[in-house]
Amino acid sequence: MKKLLGLFLLIMMFSILAACSQESASDPVKEEPAKAVDSESTEPKKIVKPRVAFVYIGVPGDGGWTFEHDKGREMVDETFSIESTTVENVPEGPDAERVIEELAQNHDIIFTTSFGYMDPTVNVAKKYPDVVFMHATGYKTAENIGTYQGKGYEPGYLAGVAAGKLTKNNKIGYVGAFPIPEVIYTINAFTLGAQSVNPNIEVSVVWSNTWFDPATERQAAISLLDEGVDLLANYQDSPAGIQAAAERGVWGMGNDSDMGHYVPETYVTNPVLNWGPYYVEVVQSVVDETWKSGAALNGLKEGMVDIAPFGKNVPQDVQDLVNAKKQELIDGTLNVFTGPIKDQTGEIKVADGETVSVEDILGMNWFVEGVKGTIPK
Amino acid sequence: MNQKITAGQPSVPMKKGLRRFRSLPFRIEYDPHKKSGGWWIPLLSIGAALAICALFIALNGMNPAVVYGKMLQGAFGSSFGFSETLVKAIPLLLCGLGVAIAYRISIWNIGAEGQLIAGAIGATAVTIFAPNLPGPLYIPVMMLAGAAAGAAWGLLTAIPRAFFQVNELISSLMLNYIALLLLDYFVFGPWRDPEGFNFPGTPIFTPSQMLATIGGSRLHFGLIFALIAVAVFAFLLSKTRWGYELRLLGANPSAAAYSGIKANKHILIVMMISGGLAGFAGMLEVSGTAHRLMYGISPGYGYTAIIIAWIAKLNPWAMIVSSVFIGGLIVGGYSVQTIGLPSSMSLMLQGSILFCLIGGEMLSKYRLKRVSEEGK
Repeated sequence: MKKLLGLFLLIMMFSILAACSQESASDPVKEEPAKAVDSESTEPKKIVKPRVAFVYIGVPGDGGWTFEHDKGREMVDETFSIESTTVENVPEGPDAERVIEELAQNHDIIFTTSFGYMDPTVNVAKKYPDVVFMHATGYKTAENIGTYQGKGYEPGYLAGVAAGKLTKNNKIGYVGAFPIPEVIYTINAFTLGAQSVNPNIEVSVVWSNTWFDPATERQAAISLLDEGVDLLANYQDSPAGIQAAAERGVWGMGNDSDMGHYVPETYVTNPVLNWGPYYVEVVQSVVDETWKSGAALNGLKEGMVDIAPFGKNVPQDVQDLVNAKKQELIDGTLNVFTGPIKDQTGEIKVADGETVSVEDILGMNWFVEGVKGTIPK
Repeated sequence: MNQKITAGQPSVPMKKGLRRFRSLPFRIEYDPHKKSGGWWIPLLSIGAALAICALFIALNGMNPAVVYGKMLQGAFGSSFGFSETLVKAIPLLLCGLGVAIAYRISIWNIGAEGQLIAGAIGATAVTIFAPNLPGPLYIPVMMLAGAAAGAAWGLLTAIPRAFFQVNELISSLMLNYIALLLLDYFVFGPWRDPEGFNFPGTPIFTPSQMLATIGGSRLHFGLIFALIAVAVFAFLLSKTRWGYELRLLGANPSAAAYSGIKANKHILIVMMISGGLAGFAGMLEVSGTAHRLMYGISPGYGYTAIIIAWIAKLNPWAMIVSSVFIGGLIVGGYSVQTIGLPSSMSLMLQGSILFCLIGGEMLSKYRLKRVSEEGK
């Protein structure tokens, strides 16, 4: 019996040894990043091949927000024939700060692609003045931090026009991720769009408090479907909500990415983002040393936002109407936030003929009349 | 030599199943009285887990040696990486100590997560309700508030357990969700930063509400407190009458009761300490690393702490090693992504390590016996 035990032990020892030898094999790898940091601080900066990194809140396979950023990343990689670094599933908060700092040690440009990365990005940017930080959807810029986001309210409005036409019982559901301006102004634009063709609609909002969590998104969607909505929009990163809607034969709209292939029968359309051309432009400007900090806000006209191709069951007249409105938005003859706009209490928030300034849109913290839901105060 | 020990339920089906293999030269038997294996069992288990994961990494088309190397380098290979690993290890160590002391008396507290969150809320409450304290007072007051809130959260489990025999496994787990919802209520509601564009977090703390950090890193002075906690824990358990009573209570509750040890009192005190340590960790998280209370303040430290405690076999000194190890695993888990591995890699490693640890612990209770004669 002792012999057997001995044999068993011996096998185990070998497996440990194997693990140890793997560890020692790592030594040459260790040197690399340290060198990279040194060369960056001593030599004057001249980028031949840009070292680009992306920090993701979810996974590229989410089929939504991160998927679109990753498509942009692919375009950057192809254009500059590089291989960008990506780190996925990074929680907003202290973990993000570590990940960003680790990337800052050996990259030239870092795209941090979620609102909650704002303060971590700012903290790290202070320590690495030579690195360019691009933060999506935030509002804090610095010498080496630029922000960028799409005018999500433009396609949001168009999605609303389609929704207002399609709903039969005038009850529309909306699953929002977080009660932050980006989501709030999209819901408002959606509601205004729907009201422009159907003044009787009502948009019920529930918050999921997550960007990417298919199970929770589905739960939130079901709570609205149980209330009898006949069209469900989702400001979420995954298609879980529109899939739940499809199971009940309810029209579905997602966000960020074309989600039509998930639910071909019940898909309407939804706002989509297209980061690729912008990312290439930013990286190019860093290579050319012409990059400057700023807050980019691009819309339908610039192509950063759009609406996805219509689902196959969306009637032609609805498609035509939406496309006509889209042209008006591109031409500038239509402005989403043009008064009179009332808030939920019925009070006039934007006077007749006036429009909301970009700053006020980006900080929007109130719902328009017709939205049923609350913003936590 | 063939005397079988039949105590303990698992031996019965085990025996039946294995007796059929008469031709085998040995038999596997369960021995509940066998002391679980030595310090090398966890090491072997971790080695086995790494070997299993190496297979999956290879199937992913990556070289396991490169991946583990990158992981090691990311977690320990630079002063930056190592300091970040220690930052992770601090809450893990404190929560690990917390659950370990409860496990010593067989109180299965799995509520460290909730107790940590309660501590984070308690510490933040000081910054919200006392915005004008003299600067140097903040840190000590927040520490007290964090520990007290964690201890109170622990008591919510301890009181029903002590007086009404309510199963602490369930109550402590459920209280985690309550703490999480309470946290959400505060950061989405009344405590939300009015300047924060509805981002679910309180305003950033003022400098006097933040723990000092070491050098240019994010490593804060919570590390020293965590190490002190280890020393105190070890001393109390091994050198005091109280520690002796706890050990007796853990080994044999009825004998302990017979010798006049009041189990209820111990349950209350131990759960207060357990929750207090986790709550203290929560204070360190808000004041030391996040610098605000925000949603998702704990990425599961309280649950990971259970792994920390068991890897170390509830030994406080060994917990320093296990918390740094798991902290490194988390930090290195993000690092390996920079060479193209998915984030699920680090979760898979953690999972396999826990699986192998529990498996190793269980298997070490069995022994092989040679069958000397035919039949019996």
